[in-house]
Order: sequence, then C-alpha cells, then structure tokens
Amino acid sequence: MSLSPRRLVLPLSEDVVKQLRAGQVVSLTGILYTARDAAHQRLVDALDNGDELPIDLEGATIYYCGPSPAPPGRPIGAAGPTTSARMDPFAPRLYEAGVKVTIGKGPRSLVVREACRQHTGVYLVATGGAGALLATHIREAQVVAYEDLGPEAIRRLEVEDFPAMIAYDVYGATIFCGEEGLG
Amino acid sequence: MRQIQSSLLSDTVASLCQQVNFALPEQIATALKAAEAAETNPRARQVLGELLENAQIAGDQHLPLCQDTGLVVVFAELGRQVQIVGPDIYDAINEGVRQGYREGYLRPSVLANPLQRNTNTGDNTPAIVHLKTVPGEQLTIHLMAKGGGSENMSTLWMLPPAVGPQGIIQTITEHIRQAGGKPCPPLILGVGIGGDFEKAALLAKEALLRPLGQPSADEQVAQLEQQILEAVNRTGVGPMGLGGDTTALAVHILTHPCHLASLPVALNVQCHAARHATVTL
Repeated sequence: MSLSPRRLVLPLSEDVVKQLRAGQVVSLTGILYTARDAAHQRLVDALDNGDELPIDLEGATIYYCGPSPAPPGRPIGAAGPTTSARMDPFAPRLYEAGVKVTIGKGPRSLVVREACRQHTGVYLVATGGAGALLATHIREAQVVAYEDLGPEAIRRLEVEDFPAMIAYDVYGATIFCGEEGLG
Repeated sequence: MRQIQSSLLSDTVASLCQQVNFALPEQIATALKAAEAAETNPRARQVLGELLENAQIAGDQHLPLCQDTGLVVVFAELGRQVQIVGPDIYDAINEGVRQGYREGYLRPSVLANPLQRNTNTGDNTPAIVHLKTVPGEQLTIHLMAKGGGSENMSTLWMLPPAVGPQGIIQTITEHIRQAGGKPCPPLILGVGIGGDFEKAALLAKEALLRPLGQPSADEQVAQLEQQILEAVNRTGVGPMGLGGDTTALAVHILTHPCHLASLPVALNVQCHAARHATVTL
C-alpha cells in the first residue's frame, strides 16, 4: 500500500469523488467549514424550516472540529477532528443538501455509508489528537456563523496540504477494522 | 497548623492546566515510539508517527496537543494540619482553571446546562474536584485534563461475580472492540474493580493517574492488567481504529473490597493524550 498522499483541491467534483477509494491517503487544499453538534442541529433546523443557510452546502466540505482559541499571531489554536459518530443523526441530511465531504475521526453508523453511496459523497478521517500538527496546515480561519456557540461556531478554514484518509467511499467500502463493505 | 494562601493554590492549578495541555508526558512519548517500532501495520505506524510529530509541534510552537483541552478533574489530598487562607478550596481550584484556560488560550469545553446545551461557561469551570483529607501538613494536587471523546467510551458494569477474571477480560475487550476508533486509540485503560457503583468509577479514574505501565503492587492484579492489555491489543482495532497491533498502551487496575453479591467493574477510557500532572504544596 502506498502512503504518499494524493493531492486534492476543494471543492471536489463528482468525478473526483468517484475516483476516491477507502484507504487512500490524501492531502486537501481549499476551504473547509467547521461544524459540530450544536451547529449541526441549527443547520438541520434551518433546512427543516426552509430558512436561509449561513453557508452554501453545495459541494461543501464539513470538518467536525471545535478548535482551541487562536493564540496571538496565529490563525487558530489546535484543530484536530472530533468523534464523527455524534454527527450521524444529521449527516445524511447534509449530504442530501449538497455536502460532498465530511472529515472527522472514528467509525460511523451504516446510514452515513449509505448516504455517501446515494449522494456521491465521501467521509474522511484525520488523526485524532493531532490538533497541533493539523493546525499547521490551516492558513486562515474566520467565524462565519453561530458565533454565540464559541468553539462550536461555524468557521471557514483555508487549508493547505491538510492530511487525511478516505474512510468511506461512494462504493460502500470502509477502512475501519470490524466493519464490512456494503458491496 | 500550616497556612496555604488560596492564591498559591489557584496559581498552581493555572500552571498545571497549561503544562498538561502543551507537553506530552515523556512516558507516553517513549511508549508511542516503542509502539511505532513494533507495529506491523503501515497505517498504524503512520498514525503513531503523526502523534509523535504532533507532540513535537505542540512543544515547539506552544499549541495545545489536542483542541479538546479537556474537562479539568482534580484529586486533592488535603493534609489535616493545613488551613487554606482565603476562598475555599473549591473556589480556589476553579479560579486556577479560569486563569489557566484564559491565559493559555485553551478551549472552554464546559456547558452550563447538560439539557439546554447552548451556554458555554466560557472559562472551562467548574472543575470536577475529589477531595480527601490525609495526615500531615501538605496539599497534593493531581490534575488531569480529560477529553470528551475518550470519556464518552467509558462505562460501568455490575457483573455477576461468577464470571470471574475471565469474564472481566472478555467484557472489557468486547467493549473496546465496539468503541473502535472513537476514543482515539492507542488508549490507556483505567479499571476500578470492587467497591460499589460510584466507588468503582472513582477508582477507574484514579487508576489513570498511575505512572504509565507501572504494574499494580498486587501480583494477581498485575497479572490481570497484563492479560487485559494483551487481549485488547489482539482485537486489531489499532491506532485511530484503522487497524494494527497497538490498541492500548497500558491497563491500570485499582481494587476495593465489595459486597458479597457484587462485582462492580468500571472502565475509564483515556486517549493517547494522557494529560495529567501532580504537585505537592
């Protein structure tokens, strides 16, 4: 297995998403939006109510991350992934609304793999607990929605060569030990 | 009676909050290096390498090891000949947490209300404080910054006593297999056996304070620690659940006498960023 990363520029086209395979090591350059528990609840409430969304979900990459505060002179503090499974109740809805990529850590429920297959999306993992290392790949960070949520606000991150791995692909394959492919 | 100013306690707590979040304990770094060298799985080696690089960057660039800078848990041992001067010990500890998290640019991760979930206390207080009195005129503070991802995978069982040590090994191993990558393996497992419902949980947390991999002084318990460690590492969960030989770095067990009808077993799961330190005043 090759561990040299495939360089991906965001947003990903449907063609590129279809080329990706579980287990591939990638690096991401472009825009990520952070969102975790509370922000997901608000996004899905907005979708349910037909309200205007604070970010454009079409082709978007969502990063499950609540960074630590930016120290002086830096765009952001530590910024590693949080446990993705907590966002499983919301994720299919967001893939359906146009999200192409989610990034987090750890295995997820079957509905997320099915959503990836159905809506041509992928789920990526970054290394949990490598918050300092991942922060060095973030060039800019700006709160764009739900500022009252503090660390859980939605931030727009500009990343360069952000290291990750394809965990679920559009073919139902998985990288996690103990999970079987959907075939 | 020895007097300790509460401001000294607050300053000490503030300093510990920062210390644990920026520096990976040397024992953990050594264990990660050994695991990287022994790993047969290339993905696992890559993850372990990233964790070591992360610790290096955190130290060099003064960034927290992990964005989840934890809920602060303090075990305080207050000498019976010590008087805290000023605000009481709980207030003094929380003032230290407030200072440490604000001045260190550490993430406030505490919600004021577990049901409403929309108000962050903003300064990472309140800390969870376990206070006990001990003989003497010293105050010892054991402080940990406990991340949510691993804490969420912690649990407690009231097992039928007849299952014995083999049942304990199987129960814990199956739980860790199910948890997979969620708690950020490689893990350190704190296990409390005996006591009652709440005592077992407290023992499990306290077990995490022991220096990494130092076996229990009780030979039978030390053997059980080793058996659980081997069984957990045979699951193949591996670093971040991506497969490999390194699912846990250590298992620490504390035991306590218990009711003849009971076998309480608590498991407190700690991620590889095992952030804790001890100071005696």
